Amino acid sequence: MTSQNDTSTDRPQTGADAFPHRHLLGIQGLTPPQIEHLLDLAETYVDLSRQVEKKTSHLKGRTLINLFFEASTRTQASFELAGKRLGADTMNMSVKTSSVSKGETLIDTAVTLNAMRPDILIVRHASSGAVDLLAQKVDCAVVNAGDGQNEHPTQALLDALTIRRRFGKIAGLTVAICGDILHSRVARSNLYLLNAMGARVRLIAPPTLLPPQAHRLGAEVFHDMREGIKGCDIVMMLRLQNERMNGSFMPSTREYFHLYGLDLEKLDCAKDDAVVMHPGPMNRGVEIDSAVADHPTRSLIQEQVEMGVAVRMAVLDTLSRRLDNGGPRR
Amino acid sequence: MSKATAFYNARLIDPATDYDGPGGLICEKGLITDCGADLSSAPSGDFDSVDCQGHVLAPGLIDMRVFVGEPGSEHKETLKSASESAAAGGVTTLIVMPDTDPVIDEAALVDFIERRARDTAIVNVHPMGALTKGMKGEAMTEMALLKEAGALAFTDPRRTIMNAQVMRRLLEYASGIDALVVLHTEDPNLAGPGCMNEGELSARLGLIGIPREAETLLVRRDLTLLDLTQTAGHFSQISCAASLSVIADAKAKNVPVTCAVSAQHLALNENDIATYRTFFKTQPPLRSEEDRLAMIEGLKDGTIDVVTSSHDPRGPEDKRLPFAEAAFGAVGLETLLPVLLELVHNDHISLVQALRAVTQRPAEILGLEAGRLAAGTPADLVLIDLNTPYKFDAETLKSKSKNSPYDGRLFQGKAIRTYVAGARVA
Repeated sequence: MTSQNDTSTDRPQTGADAFPHRHLLGIQGLTPPQIEHLLDLAETYVDLSRQVEKKTSHLKGRTLINLFFEASTRTQASFELAGKRLGADTMNMSVKTSSVSKGETLIDTAVTLNAMRPDILIVRHASSGAVDLLAQKVDCAVVNAGDGQNEHPTQALLDALTIRRRFGKIAGLTVAICGDILHSRVARSNLYLLNAMGARVRLIAPPTLLPPQAHRLGAEVFHDMREGIKGCDIVMMLRLQNERMNGSFMPSTREYFHLYGLDLEKLDCAKDDAVVMHPGPMNRGVEIDSAVADHPTRSLIQEQVEMGVAVRMAVLDTLSRRLDNGGPRR
Repeated sequence: MSKATAFYNARLIDPATDYDGPGGLICEKGLITDCGADLSSAPSGDFDSVDCQGHVLAPGLIDMRVFVGEPGSEHKETLKSASESAAAGGVTTLIVMPDTDPVIDEAALVDFIERRARDTAIVNVHPMGALTKGMKGEAMTEMALLKEAGALAFTDPRRTIMNAQVMRRLLEYASGIDALVVLHTEDPNLAGPGCMNEGELSARLGLIGIPREAETLLVRRDLTLLDLTQTAGHFSQISCAASLSVIADAKAKNVPVTCAVSAQHLALNENDIATYRTFFKTQPPLRSEEDRLAMIEGLKDGTIDVVTSSHDPRGPEDKRLPFAEAAFGAVGLETLLPVLLELVHNDHISLVQALRAVTQRPAEILGLEAGRLAAGTPADLVLIDLNTPYKFDAETLKSKSKNSPYDGRLFQGKAIRTYVAGARVA
């Protein structure tokens, strides 16, 4: 791996075709080599982020806008930090302060921001497909930071990086994704990525929290958690939103924890060296027991957060290389 | 006093008599006075004559499900613009839906539509009245008064009346005044906030699905109530194979029911949504290819009586949105005939079968004089070029709204002339 210094000249040089996409809208559409490319580059940014001098100037002069139509703390902070470490100017726009709440449509907002000539827009929206729609209307690169129940590609990439660093590979591993699969973009992006990279995926959830035809998405489906995590290398827990717990999808949090909460006893069903992941934020005592979440060797949850910054730096860096260098736009 | 018009050298198609052959037609004072094979050569008398050059001359189309923005949303569509769109598509009679603003639930509003149509529209326009006041699904409208004012049938076109007791009484009351009830069948609870067909594709797109059962549940309930009350009912939009089979069973048991399918459900399936294309967001949602083929089969075997355009004009403010937030609906008046001709060219159905579902059958169900070629009936006619291929361009639509799912589609054949009461309108 190339060492990272604070100059733009010794970035690992890759052909223009290593990542031939203008935007990162989802994992669907990426090939395994393109995913590997992003993960390899992210590795270099892990090293960089562990140094005292964490900044590069690869994105010097570039403007990044974090456009979040849905509340987020960690993803937004992670992107902001990634942009700053690459030397870009970053700006955060959240829905509460924008004209979206005054009735402006998504596309009008996009066109308005586009006129301010940002280089990369990082967008989160509560509707599936909204980021894709927005990307059609702007000149800059767009990164999907989560759209509805569709995709959250940087989360899947950071999970993949975390897995790869722990196991040295992804292919051949068995990964159980457990929890509210129905409403989870994280589950979908992870499913697509893990399948593409040759892992075996299981989905564990009550039938009310599974999408229709879940078995056709390239995963084995389980309703019994102990059975589902038997022999797994990785148990990936999903956050369960409290509003699903009022009796419409599950009777109570107590019953949910009883059936699907991950504690050390249930984790014993997995492989001896199995690890636990969670995209955060966690609901302790709802989907995960603190003894598991804070386990010194089996929980990778903090490492996931660290990998998040590195992966987002890799994504921003990669997309910025395809940006034009000024001049009039259409 | 204008002269009589003679159409000659035509391929006459009259689904009502199953006639498909060479012929001609004479009309005078807005009515057909004579037609038949013996009129196929150029007339000798004192006529305005039209050489049809071998093209198909058929009754003008009757479209049983058309949404117009007048009154209330004139920026989307007026009766005038809808009628121009209809004329361009060979449609000579529009049945307009009552869910305008205000809702057509009073006789004076029926009269308003009739007068606006008389003054501004270039084709025939008949309104349906609302079934319940304000379409709230509770209190019945003054159906007899609405009917006398001109309402052809009664419907809450996008709302399901979930209270079975209310539905039963509506049906019973309607049967007493010989009124047709048009039923919307989608269980709003089971459909929930869904925006496309439920299945593998909705799971992949991360969109909430509407299961077929949201439709079949209500179709089954309403068939039961139609049987109980022995009232004529018409399902306005059927979209899946399972609904068809229960309707076929009911028809076999002489339940007085008819049903329609929209042209979209004959031409498109859920895969057309691809990357969240909101022009393909329809209600009921586009279903699977198996369902689409079942719809064609149902049209062929007569289980489906009518094809509608389900014309629903929507502006950018409704459609340029994320898929889940976008409005349902697609314009269709100008593509109704091309879609049917596509089915004919693909050897799915005969031309007579295709035209029957937009002429004879809707006329019979609604009790209209039009829809056939017979002396004494209105001279509402369409001349159809069956064969010329072209690429459809939504920008050329006469409709005020351009939300057509067919932009760029290759069609073969279209209406080349449209006549209403003997006068050319397109």
